[in-house]
Amino acid sequence: MDELILEVNNLKTYFFLASGVAKAVDGVSFQLHKGETLGVVGESGSGKSVMSKCVIRLLEKVGRIVEGEIKFEGRDVLSFSEKELMAYRGQDVSMIFQDPMTSLDPVFRVGDQMMENLRIHRGLDKAEARKVAIEALRSVGIPNPEARFEAYPFELSGGMCQRVIIAMALCCNAKVIVADEPTTALDVTVQAQVLRLLKNLQKETGMALMLITHNLGVVWDMCDRVMVMYAGKIVEMASVKDLYGSPMHPYTWGLLDSMPSLSTERKTALKTIAGTPPDLRLTGKCCNFYNRCPYAQTICTECVPELKELAPGHLVACHRQNGVERLEREEGSDRG
Amino acid sequence: MAEQEVLLEVRDLCKNFKVRSRKIGESAQLLHALSHVNLKVYRGETLGVIGESGCGKSTLGRCIVGLHTPSSGQLVFEGKPLNFKAGGGQGKALRRKIQMIFQDPYSSLDPRKTCGKIVEEPMIIHKTVTDSAQRQERVRELMSVVGLDAQHVHRFPHEFSGGQRQRINIARALSLNPDLLVCDEPVSALDVSIQAQVLNLFGRLQEEFGLTYVFISHDLSVIKHISDRIAIMYLGQVVELCGAEGIYDNPLHPYTRALLSAVPPSSPFEEKKTIELKGDIPSPIGDQVGCPLASRCPHCTDRCRQECPSLKEQEPGHQVACFLYES
Amino acid sequence: MEEKVLNGSISKEAQAAMIRKERTANNAWHKFCRNKSAVVGLIIISLMILMGVLAPVLSPHDPNQINVLQTYLPPFSEGHILGTDDLGRDLLSRLLYGARMSIVVAIGATVLGGVVGILLGLISGYAGGVVDAVIMRIMDGMFAFPFILLSILLVTILGSGVFNVILAIGIGNVPRFARVVRSKVMVTKNEEFCNAERILGASSLRIMFSHILPNTVSEVVVYATLCVGSAIISEASLSFLGLGILIPTPSWGNILRGGRGCLTTAPHIATISGLLIFIAVIGFNLVGDGIRDVMDPKMKK
Repeated sequence: MDELILEVNNLKTYFFLASGVAKAVDGVSFQLHKGETLGVVGESGSGKSVMSKCVIRLLEKVGRIVEGEIKFEGRDVLSFSEKELMAYRGQDVSMIFQDPMTSLDPVFRVGDQMMENLRIHRGLDKAEARKVAIEALRSVGIPNPEARFEAYPFELSGGMCQRVIIAMALCCNAKVIVADEPTTALDVTVQAQVLRLLKNLQKETGMALMLITHNLGVVWDMCDRVMVMYAGKIVEMASVKDLYGSPMHPYTWGLLDSMPSLSTERKTALKTIAGTPPDLRLTGKCCNFYNRCPYAQTICTECVPELKELAPGHLVACHRQNGVERLEREEGSDRG
Repeated sequence: MAEQEVLLEVRDLCKNFKVRSRKIGESAQLLHALSHVNLKVYRGETLGVIGESGCGKSTLGRCIVGLHTPSSGQLVFEGKPLNFKAGGGQGKALRRKIQMIFQDPYSSLDPRKTCGKIVEEPMIIHKTVTDSAQRQERVRELMSVVGLDAQHVHRFPHEFSGGQRQRINIARALSLNPDLLVCDEPVSALDVSIQAQVLNLFGRLQEEFGLTYVFISHDLSVIKHISDRIAIMYLGQVVELCGAEGIYDNPLHPYTRALLSAVPPSSPFEEKKTIELKGDIPSPIGDQVGCPLASRCPHCTDRCRQECPSLKEQEPGHQVACFLYES
Repeated sequence: MEEKVLNGSISKEAQAAMIRKERTANNAWHKFCRNKSAVVGLIIISLMILMGVLAPVLSPHDPNQINVLQTYLPPFSEGHILGTDDLGRDLLSRLLYGARMSIVVAIGATVLGGVVGILLGLISGYAGGVVDAVIMRIMDGMFAFPFILLSILLVTILGSGVFNVILAIGIGNVPRFARVVRSKVMVTKNEEFCNAERILGASSLRIMFSHILPNTVSEVVVYATLCVGSAIISEASLSFLGLGILIPTPSWGNILRGGRGCLTTAPHIATISGLLIFIAVIGFNLVGDGIRDVMDPKMKK
């Protein structure tokens, strides 16, 4: 991979509630390079969405970044002024949200929204902005872009709306796209189209993509590296091939086993992870996974496991894996 | 294989909705949610129903449980026409036999009732258990059957997680000892690891209580895992119907093939070639002429544009609605 | 692998304790108390209710005792801390008894209007179609009638007196409650849990009263508190016009009326009674706002 474009160091984002402090993101560090696709995998409460919002600094009022730094091209994002932030959000980093229908303003035409972006961030006049916008719509595969330009968001399908949002990100020459479950709300055929679009665009423009999802299939398809998050921390980070071929964290094993794939044996009980994710107001004092981990020992209840490189490019946060004897993964479903 | 009993039969089911036109002066049009659906559900099996948005799978589920009245066609349950409004207690008795699990665990429970009251209510409505103490006992029993802590009877839905709420849903449906359970995307809103737990629960309950499932989902992997037979729907019609293995080993209908090819790979080493269907899903509003896939299918012919193919058996237990396979 | 029971910070006990903590921290009362202005409103209302309830105990004089020698005494006079009115009656005592009247009328009217309005709104919203149309047109008709005229009409027909005033104001409240409830019912009846109830075989009546009605409680309570506030003003207006509570029974409205004629000579009568009405209504509004803030929809995780 080439140069570093986004760097996050020890990010801690806490939510201050009446009943306690929820540690939504608790010490997350990673790097994103140009042209790379980083997958972020996790379930509800893992902190993946909150973290993505921190990168673009769109956090709700009740949450606060208490520690850590975010560096974009070497500049400190957390100390940006309002003006710098505007430029950062519109031009450098673009975000694609889960629900395409609510990501666009329903009372304005699609074209007007795109032009607004262009005129603010690239300073184009109306005629130029219109040309650029229609070209962008065409390049994301929207048929009859001139007509769609005049349409309102509710006249477009979900997949079409996501394409419009991707076109908006493109127009402004975003260097990084943060996509938070961009295809979860879409049909599987539409998902395939949108993902392929993202992949092609990435090849053409060399932009970096941070793809947040709970669907490992999407990760295998799209990502170069992937990090697995659980209860606000990264538990494993590796290249996609390493994560599939030799996952090391018990949570990752559990996740891989719980997903039925087309090659899983039918009508058999899936290997599940017992229990439910912990309450984020209680986490942070020890391994957050111990109460669901079949391999937990006393040390796991006492101190926080550090993320260590246990194989080249493969980081794991687990006391047992870090110790003298490595754990062996029990064979669950068919791993053809 | 012994001849299985047909529990539910769907005969030529059509369901249309009136759609008010946006322009003044135009008369209302019909949205064809279901068109001539024919299906059989055998006792003890899991029939998976899969399709994308707008295919009518949810509408089919709701017609079966009586939330929608069919526009034409018939539903036959245990050999008799399905009529929830039948008098003399028969309609109500049918309600005990057919139940539904909804997709959204948040909105399918009354936020103002405790878990115990929610699970208990069907027994009160149908007077199946009249003694209050016995009801409480049964509630605790049901909660432990679905894997919930019986101490949580006094908690409200918002104090449970999504997966736990689905379990409450299931406990409530089970309280009447139903024969048929229509599951409308019951795990789609859940996290992956919780999804696995709930899917295992479904499997266990089917074995323990001899339940029959009509399992609706958009997730092919889930459907393949849990179903015995699978029906693939597109634009209100069933385009392919066969055993779960058969669909994946030998998909016949062009739509099925496209759908399978669009599923994300199960490993980073898998090379997938997506079969693309050009264009968008046509509108279900207005008259439907010809095969629903006609405008997008790579094998489309003139006949496909004019006539609509019906489900015909190609191999034992494998039906397809496509002119490619008709000589 | 053997299941080892380990104790740590995320154990089952700790999670259960956290849920209990959340329940108390987020329960309505605590949430309400965190809102300063709502608490102020609550204090105001409580004081007003105390004034009314303890009127016999707190009043230094008989409110109806006339003393022609001590008319129009200013505040801080000997024996009459708030002064006297045009017939020498102690103002403080009259105001205390007046509070009683205002509360009774305001709450009575709200309850009357509420019960009828909620029922109509429930039926109208759930049934839809022709029933809904008919009921709503009647409600529209009632809305269209200016409230004061309606009250005047009713009081003229029925006569004055506490019960009739309650009736007059209450009837004016019916369409407002009906509308609030109807819109919530229309939303709620399409929620999945109502569909689930239908599939379970619940009758429409059961769904309406056991499931939908409890879910309208938050909207109704908020609206009711605001309604009480406006009912106080309505009663004051009616009494001010000479139609409501008739003298000698004191009410803040008719005290205000009495003070109107002597604004230059004895401004304290109108000022103090007017001020009390003002503060009471603010109190109810603050509480209503506070309750509305508390009644958030149950948060999704």
